[in-house]
Amino acid sequence: MKKRIGILLLLSMFALTALYGCSGGNKEDGGSTNSANENNLSEDQNGESSSDMTADADEPVYGGSVIVGITQDLDSLDPHKAVAAGTNEVLYNIFEGLVKPDKDGNLVPAVASDYSISEDGMTYTFTLRDGVQFHNGNLVTADDVIYSIKRSAGMLETSDPEVKVESALSVIADITSMVTEEGKTQIQILLSEPNTELIGYLTTPIIPKDYDGQAETPVGTGPFKFVSYTPLQSIVMEKNEDYYVEGVPYLDQVTFKISANTDSAFMELMAGAIDIFPYLTEEQANQLSSTYDIEVGNMNLVQGLFLNNQAAPFDNMLVRQALCYAIDRQGILDMVAGGKGQIIGSNMFHGFSIYYNDTLEDVYAYNPEKAKELLAEAGYADGFSFTIKVPSNYQFHVDTAQVIVEQLKAVGIDAKIQLIEWASWLSDVYKARDYEATIVGLDAKLAPSDVLKRYRSTASNNFLNYENAEFDTIFAEAIGTIDQDIKIQKYKELQEILTNDAASVYIQDPALLVAVNKKLTGYTFYPVYVQDMSVVAYTGTPENHQ
Amino acid sequence: MRFYVKKIITLVLTLLLVSLLTFVAFQVIPGDGALSKLGMDATEEQVEALRESLGLNDSMVVRFTRFLGGAVKGDFGNSSQYSVSVTSLVKERLPVTIWLAGLSIVIIIVVSIPLGILCSRKQNGMVDRLITLLTQTCMAVPSFFLGILITLVFGVMLKWFIPGKYVGPSQDFGQFIHYIIFPAVAVSVPKIAMMVKFLRNSVIRELQLDYVRTAKSKGNKERRILYKHVLKNALMPVITFMGMVIADVLAGSIVIEQVFNLPGMGRLLVVAISNRDFNVVQAVVLYIAAVVIIINFIVDLLYQKVDPRVKIS
Repeated sequence: MKKRIGILLLLSMFALTALYGCSGGNKEDGGSTNSANENNLSEDQNGESSSDMTADADEPVYGGSVIVGITQDLDSLDPHKAVAAGTNEVLYNIFEGLVKPDKDGNLVPAVASDYSISEDGMTYTFTLRDGVQFHNGNLVTADDVIYSIKRSAGMLETSDPEVKVESALSVIADITSMVTEEGKTQIQILLSEPNTELIGYLTTPIIPKDYDGQAETPVGTGPFKFVSYTPLQSIVMEKNEDYYVEGVPYLDQVTFKISANTDSAFMELMAGAIDIFPYLTEEQANQLSSTYDIEVGNMNLVQGLFLNNQAAPFDNMLVRQALCYAIDRQGILDMVAGGKGQIIGSNMFHGFSIYYNDTLEDVYAYNPEKAKELLAEAGYADGFSFTIKVPSNYQFHVDTAQVIVEQLKAVGIDAKIQLIEWASWLSDVYKARDYEATIVGLDAKLAPSDVLKRYRSTASNNFLNYENAEFDTIFAEAIGTIDQDIKIQKYKELQEILTNDAASVYIQDPALLVAVNKKLTGYTFYPVYVQDMSVVAYTGTPENHQ
Repeated sequence: MRFYVKKIITLVLTLLLVSLLTFVAFQVIPGDGALSKLGMDATEEQVEALRESLGLNDSMVVRFTRFLGGAVKGDFGNSSQYSVSVTSLVKERLPVTIWLAGLSIVIIIVVSIPLGILCSRKQNGMVDRLITLLTQTCMAVPSFFLGILITLVFGVMLKWFIPGKYVGPSQDFGQFIHYIIFPAVAVSVPKIAMMVKFLRNSVIRELQLDYVRTAKSKGNKERRILYKHVLKNALMPVITFMGMVIADVLAGSIVIEQVFNLPGMGRLLVVAISNRDFNVVQAVVLYIAAVVIIINFIVDLLYQKVDPRVKIS
């Protein structure tokens, strides 16, 4: 008896401590939320009544350093060898191409000061910007430019197998340089066939010729210089004082810190050890909304339930269409991302503004009855079952899959989720095309052809096994044409073909939720996946976070 | 002498077997190092070229022999992901794991032995019951959860350390220890619980033996009996157990390293597997196997030291 009482006492003590701990924590959280809300309110009021006064406080100042959280280690520091989107978003700060994307999706001159494309689409002429220096102090020469482009086009005599050859650059026949009468250096790129979209690929980084230390101490022309890199830990970069753009960068130093996963990064955010973190889930964003500014942008991806067009029953267009009708895309957005994200209707996202065909979003408006009719017509009145292979490292896609499975039950389709590792996804789904359906996000370079080219029946990366002769013809016309209006017209047609064929179920361009330290300003979203730190600055007194 | 030769032969054979198993496992699982490195946009030819240069196209026998040839000389080749030598990758990470394990082991020993003895002396008393309950609870908590809890309480709430702000031992040793003490606690708490329970039972068992009664009847003080006679015998099974714990800690900080963002061997292994970076995986697995074998060897030697009756042959 005595023994039992002792244990009971102990247990109740534990319970009490636990309860006390919880309530204490809640109180504190509640308190800080309230005060933060008040702050927000008062700021808003200030903003309305006397914007001049607050403008002072929001003025970007020079100096300070920040820590940006990332969750993937860099696959290479050599920009021509880096493949992962997670690496390119970081290296964007160190390297630049002849042109680079701005926040509206235009390509603006970078290492080049000016460019022109000949009427026939066969010759690209770039004028080299005066006085652009590499981080090692050397001036950028025509030789460096030619070397860099040839290297990423795989045109060098001795090629390094690790260099990721940009296949789109294979239309380049020759690159020459000359000096104009005014003493300007010009680079001419001659193509073997007309292509007016090559400019989107000439963002390829310019690096010093024959410098073989790129993978250890990278040298570029960007707003930040490389300082150090420790695998699985961090990459540190400092301000490039000689950057040719006046006024940027603001920060003295930026550290990209590699966290093991989003959960541990979230802990670090809670503790205030990271200033900027770009891949929050909706839930995390809500929890952090009192201590961080949450910026909402787009991931610039085509997220879809991609179907193997040659695997039964998805070789039947009616079945694919039925799937499109049976999936409530708004429902997915609501369940997975609190309603954030942009619904798409074909294999193109809103970032491609002028090329984006916005008439396709409602073609397959949610209609389970229609889906059932189509299934019956296709001979699957009793439904069928299939497996969705989802890469396990992307929780977002896994969540989407779960919602889809539930939605498909309503029309009698029994979908199963099979989680696979990314490496297995690449070899089984992407390369071997051994799958029925999968959920991923497809990204693209800043050229509309890049996002659509995998649907050509001959494309080696056509993992959907999609085949349509009409698509192939129009695609060739779209690339070849010089007339911008015709080009836009053609690309819109291509998107329409994909939608009408229901090549896959196109869901959304997911929202990108970024936590930004409240003391920072200027965080900017781009239509490509980059973290531009050159425009980020402290307001008020700059702080040093390392 | 023969004992040592035998041990070394076992070591070599085990390592050989382990590396063969790892190698075979890597052939069986889907995924391809070249494809993982080049990603989605790579063309057929590029993947093929990289496979060729990484030597992935050679037959299994050729590849395994090549690996063995290098490994014998301590050369594990290059990491396909980082394009640097595996040795340099491991060299950077090994100290982190060793420090973490060392610190954990010190904490385990320093805390669990006195606690265990205390428990057995106050058998069934209030203190004993309290500690038993605590150990029961701690054993049930997985160390990764404890890690999250510690981060939340000491990192986020009390701000005793900054989560994720790891500092390398060469940069600032004080700060390094300051940070690593928290994961070390997370690793040690469940092990301490096990050790305390183990030691307590072991001592209690010894106390019931005849020689204790004899010693008592000779008029020895209880304290003296405990420290002079009982403890030595009671420690025998504990040493075996300790050997297992040490091996476990050295090899098994994999999860804790993820939670605390420590760039140690465990994280290296996890990342290497997901990148299909065979050379790195092989090296780390061999390291773990070697650690387990060597610790067992040391345990054997210790046995002999503690108990002269044990003759190793």
